[in-house]
Amino acid sequence: MSDARLSVFKTYKLYVGGKFPRSESGRVYEVTDAKGKWLANAPLSSRKDARDAVVAARKAFGGWSGATAYNRGQILYRIAEMLEGRRDQYVAEVADAEGLSKPKAAAQVDAAIDRWVWYAGWTDKIAQVVGGGNPVAGPFFNLSTPEPTGVVAVLAPQKSSFLGLVSVIAPVIATGNTAVVIASEKSPLPALSLGEVLATSDLPGGVVNILSGRTAEIAAPLAAHQDVNAIDLTGADETLAKELEIAAADNLKRVLRPHPVDGTDWSATPGTDRMTAFLETKTVWHPTGALGASGSSY
Amino acid sequence: MASVFEYAPAPESRSVVDIAPSYGLFIDGEFTDAADGKVFKTVAPATEEVLSEVAEAGEADVDRAVRAARKAFEKWSALPGTERAKYLFRIARIIQERSRELAVLETLDNGKPIRETRDADLPLVAAHFFYYAGWADKLDHAGFGASPRPLGVAGQVIPWNFPLLMLAWKIAPALATGNTVVLKPAETTPLSALFFADICRQAGLPGGVVNIVTGDGRAGAALTAHPDVNKVAFTGSTAVGKQIARTVAGTRKKLTLELGGKGANIVFDDAPIDQAVEGIVNGIFFNQGQVCCAGSRLLVQESIHDELLDSLKRRLTTLRLGDPLDKNTDIGAINSAEQLARITALADQGEAEGADRWSPSCELPSSGYWFAPTLFTNVTQAHTVARDEIFGPVLSVLTFRTPDEAVAKANNTPYGLSAGIWTEKGSRILAVANKLRAGVIWSNTFNKFDPTSPFGGYKESGFGREGGRHGLEAYLDV
Amino acid sequence: MPTTAPAAQDPAQDSARDPETGPAHGLHGLHALADVTASDSTLRRFLHGLPGVDTVGLEARAASLGTRSIKTTAKAYALDLAISMVDLTTLEGADTPGKVRALGAKAVRPDPTDRTAPAAAAVCVYPDMVPTAKAAVAGSAVQVASVATAFPAGRASRAVKLADVQEAVAAGADEVDMVIDRGAFLAGHYLKVYDEITAVREVCGTSARLKVIFETGELSTYDNIRRASWLGMLAGADFIKTSTGKVAVNATPANTLLMLEAVRDFRAQTGVQVGVKPAGGIRTAKDAVKFLVLVNETAGEDWLDNHWFRFGASSLLNDLLMQRQKLATGRYSGPDYVTVD
Repeated sequence: MSDARLSVFKTYKLYVGGKFPRSESGRVYEVTDAKGKWLANAPLSSRKDARDAVVAARKAFGGWSGATAYNRGQILYRIAEMLEGRRDQYVAEVADAEGLSKPKAAAQVDAAIDRWVWYAGWTDKIAQVVGGGNPVAGPFFNLSTPEPTGVVAVLAPQKSSFLGLVSVIAPVIATGNTAVVIASEKSPLPALSLGEVLATSDLPGGVVNILSGRTAEIAAPLAAHQDVNAIDLTGADETLAKELEIAAADNLKRVLRPHPVDGTDWSATPGTDRMTAFLETKTVWHPTGALGASGSSY
Repeated sequence: MASVFEYAPAPESRSVVDIAPSYGLFIDGEFTDAADGKVFKTVAPATEEVLSEVAEAGEADVDRAVRAARKAFEKWSALPGTERAKYLFRIARIIQERSRELAVLETLDNGKPIRETRDADLPLVAAHFFYYAGWADKLDHAGFGASPRPLGVAGQVIPWNFPLLMLAWKIAPALATGNTVVLKPAETTPLSALFFADICRQAGLPGGVVNIVTGDGRAGAALTAHPDVNKVAFTGSTAVGKQIARTVAGTRKKLTLELGGKGANIVFDDAPIDQAVEGIVNGIFFNQGQVCCAGSRLLVQESIHDELLDSLKRRLTTLRLGDPLDKNTDIGAINSAEQLARITALADQGEAEGADRWSPSCELPSSGYWFAPTLFTNVTQAHTVARDEIFGPVLSVLTFRTPDEAVAKANNTPYGLSAGIWTEKGSRILAVANKLRAGVIWSNTFNKFDPTSPFGGYKESGFGREGGRHGLEAYLDV
Repeated sequence: MPTTAPAAQDPAQDSARDPETGPAHGLHGLHALADVTASDSTLRRFLHGLPGVDTVGLEARAASLGTRSIKTTAKAYALDLAISMVDLTTLEGADTPGKVRALGAKAVRPDPTDRTAPAAAAVCVYPDMVPTAKAAVAGSAVQVASVATAFPAGRASRAVKLADVQEAVAAGADEVDMVIDRGAFLAGHYLKVYDEITAVREVCGTSARLKVIFETGELSTYDNIRRASWLGMLAGADFIKTSTGKVAVNATPANTLLMLEAVRDFRAQTGVQVGVKPAGGIRTAKDAVKFLVLVNETAGEDWLDNHWFRFGASSLLNDLLMQRQKLATGRYSGPDYVTVD
C-alpha cells in the first residue's frame, strides 16, 4: 500500500546569511497553487528579517566582491550543476506555482539553469566589455573598471517564480554585489527552495538572502535602508515602485525601474543591462611620465 | 608679505569681452524676455559689481523651452550622425576661437582666477565638444547595440563652480546622441551659458536644439518636473540631487546625478613629498575648493605628519590671493555671499569643535567675497569639518597609521566621488585604489580631467558617468 | 661679492673663511648627517631613502610656475637681477685670449650704452684662460670661474683632476666649477663621487667657491638628480649646478626646480645654504625670468642674489640686455644694439 504512505512535508524557511531561519515574526502565510489549493505555509517576513538580511548581505559583500571573477564564475556554474540535479523538484514547484503543464514548467526550469550558466560566463568578461583604458590628453595611464554597487535589494518578478527570479538574481551577484531578494509574493516556494541549492553551491553565506512575505511590507524598509545601495523594482507595481523610488532617494540608491508593462519575456537572452545597472565605474589615473629627466634618448 | 621680488599686477584685459546690460532667455533660437518680465542681476563676486541683468525664467518659460526642444527633436534626432558631428565640431572650433573672451567672462562672473579659466576650464570645454562630436556618427560602435536611440528632450541643471565646463559636459553628449536640450545655468553664473547660446547661433545650430533658461532653483525644479522632459541631468548639491530623484520617481525619465563629495587625499610615508604637497594644494585650493571632487580631507600617515604639514604650510604662504583677472592670482573670490557665509560658518564650527585652524597671512580685498586658504589640524572623523562638504578652500587634516586604516577612514563617508593616493609603491596604489569606494581616483596626481575619462560618484555622490564612452549612456535609450 | 645674504643664513660663506673647520664641518646640522658618509652603504641608504620624485608632478609644477606673468616693475627687477646672475661663459676649444678679454669686458660692463646696467656675476672659462680672465675683469666685482676636473666628461684620474683644480686656483680662480664622476654615480659608487668632491673642496680651500656640476642630462632620472644634489651638498658644495652645456639636455625648469627644493630642504635640515646654478640652454630673458620665479617660489627670496643663484650662459646676456632696453625705451631693440662677443 505504498500510496498510503504519508508524505513528509517540507517546512519552507527563509535563507539569510547562509542559514535557514524562520521569520523573526514567527508568522507564516498560506501559499496556494494556481487553482487555490494549499501548497505550504511560507514565512511572512518582517522588517526585522529584512534588516537581518541586509546585515548578512553587507557582511558578505567584501569577500564576494573581492573574490576573483573566475571564482565567482565557478560558483555560478556550480549553482547550475546543483539545479540540474534537482531539476524534477523545481519542475514540480514551478508547475504548481505558475499553473503550468509539466513540459512548460520544465522549459522554465531548463531556461533558468541555462541562465546561471550564461551569467557564470559573464563574471570575468563584463569588466572588459564595459571598462577599459581612456586615452587622456596627458602623461597619464587612465583606466576605468566596473565595480559592484554593494548591497542590492531585489523585488523578484511576481509571475515568473523561478526563471524570472533567477534572471534578476544572477546578474546582481555575477558582478560581485550581494542581494536581499523578496520572492514572488504569491509563489515564493521555488525561491525558498533555491536557497537550498545556493547553500550547497559554494556560494558564501549572505551573498544571496531570500525573504518571502508581503512584497510591499518587506520592500519599504529595504528601500529606506541607508545601508542598501541599490534596488531592483522588477516585482513592484506602478504605485509601489514610485513609493519605493522616492524612499530610495534618501541615500541615492541606484534604482532599476520595473518594465512598464508586466510581461517581460524572461526566456529571451538578456543583455548586459541588469549587470550594468548595479555596477559603478571607477576611473583611476596614474602618471606615466618620461623615462627620465632628459626624455628618452634610447 | 613684502618680498624682494614683488610681482607687479598683470591683469588680463577686460576689453576682450563685451557684456550687454541685459540678456533674455534663449528659446527656439531667439533671445526673449521672461513671460512675466522678471529679471535678476548677476554680479562679479570679486568686486560685487553688477555685470548684467538676466531674465528670470518662470514655469511658463520653462514650458516654452521644453516645447521648443520637443519640436526640434524630431529633425535633430533624424539628422545623420555625420551632420550632428559637424555642428559639434563647429561649436568646438568657435569656442577655441573665442576662448580668451570666454575665459575673461567666466572669471568675471564666477570669481575664479583667469589662470584657471584660461588653462583649465576653456581648453577642457573645447576638448569636450571635440570628443563628443566624434561620437555622433559612431554610436553603433559604442557598445550599446546597433542604432541606439536618443531619449528626447534633456533637462539639464548645472552649478556655478565650472559654469561653461559643466555646460559642455551636459550639452556635448546630449547633442551628439541626438537629444535636444533645455539647460538651466546656475543663478550666480548665467553669463557664459548665454554666450554659448551666441556660439550656437554662430555655428548655425537649428533653433530649439539648445535652449538656455536662466533663473534660480524654481526654474530648475520646473524643468526637472516637466512632464515632457525625457532625461534629467543634474550637477550640484546632494540635497537637491535627492529632491530631484524624488521628483522623477515613478516616471520614465532617465536620471543622472553628479553631486557632492568629501574626497580623501591619502599620503603615505613613501610619497613623493614635493609632488604630494602640490597635489594637496591643487586638490583643495583649485577653484577656491569649490569643486565637488576636491580633496578636502587630507589623510596623512602619522609618521610624516609634522614634516608634511611644515611643507604644506610653507607652500601655502606662496599662494597669491586677489584679483581673479590678474594672471598671477592663484586664489580668486568665493562665488557668492551665500557660499561665503556657508564656508565661514563651517570653518567657525571646526574651530568651535576644537580643531586647530591655520591660514597663511594674507590680505583679503575689502569688497567682494573672499576666504583665506585654511587648514584644520587635529581633526578626527567626528569633526564636522571632516564630514560635511564645505565647498571652499578649507582642508581638514587627519592621520592614519596603516593602509587599512587609511582606506577605512577614506571610505567612512556617505560620499564617494574622488580620492587621491600618494605613494611611490606601485602595488600599494593598486591595492588601495581597489578598496576605495569612489568614482575617480588619482594616484600621485589630483584634479585631473579629460573628456575621454568617465567622471562620477559612488554612493551619495550620485550616479551615472560623464565623459568618455560611458558618458553616452546617460543620453541613450539603453 | 656684489650683494650678500644675512650672515645668519650665510654660514657657508663664513665658515669658508675659517681654515680650521671648512664649510662642511663645525655646523651642528651637518653633524647629524656625519654618519651618512661613513661608508658606501650608509651613504647609499641615505640617498635612496630620500623621498622619490614624481616626474609628471614635478614637470607640471615647473610648467605652472612658468605661466607667471612678470610685467613692468617686476620685470625690470628681474632683468637686472638676472643680468647680475650671469656666469658669462666661453668653453670652446677655439677660445683665445682675445675672446676671453672681450668676454671679461662684456661681463664688467654688459651694456656700454647704459651704465645703470649691472655687471654680470662672473666669467667662466677653462683653467688655462684664468689668468687672462682675471686681468680682463681686474678692478671689478666680476668673479672668475674656472671649470675643472677634466671638464666636461670628467674622465681622468683623480690626480689629473686635482691638478686641474690646483692650476685654476693657483691662477686666481674665484670659483671652481667641477664635474662629478657620472660613471661612478651611475655605477652606484656614491662614496667615490663624494670623496672626489671633498678632495676638490680641499684644493679649493678658502680661496675658491666650489660649484658641483652633475650633468643632469646624463643622470637621467629626477631621483638621481635629487640624490646627486644631496651628495654634492653633503660633500661641501657651495653651489650645485645642473650641467656642462655640452650634452643634449642641460638646465630645464624641472631639474632646476628639483635642485631648488634640495637646497631649500638642506638648509632647513642643516642650516647650511647652498647655491644653485642652472647652466646650458637658457637663452632668452623670458626663460631666465621663469627661472627666477622658480627660485622665488621654491627656495625663496634668500636665494634671489647672485651669491646664491647663477645662470651659466652666453647668449642669454644679450637677450636680457635687449629686453632691458625695450623696457627702458618702449621700443623693441635689435641685435645691432648689443655687443657681439
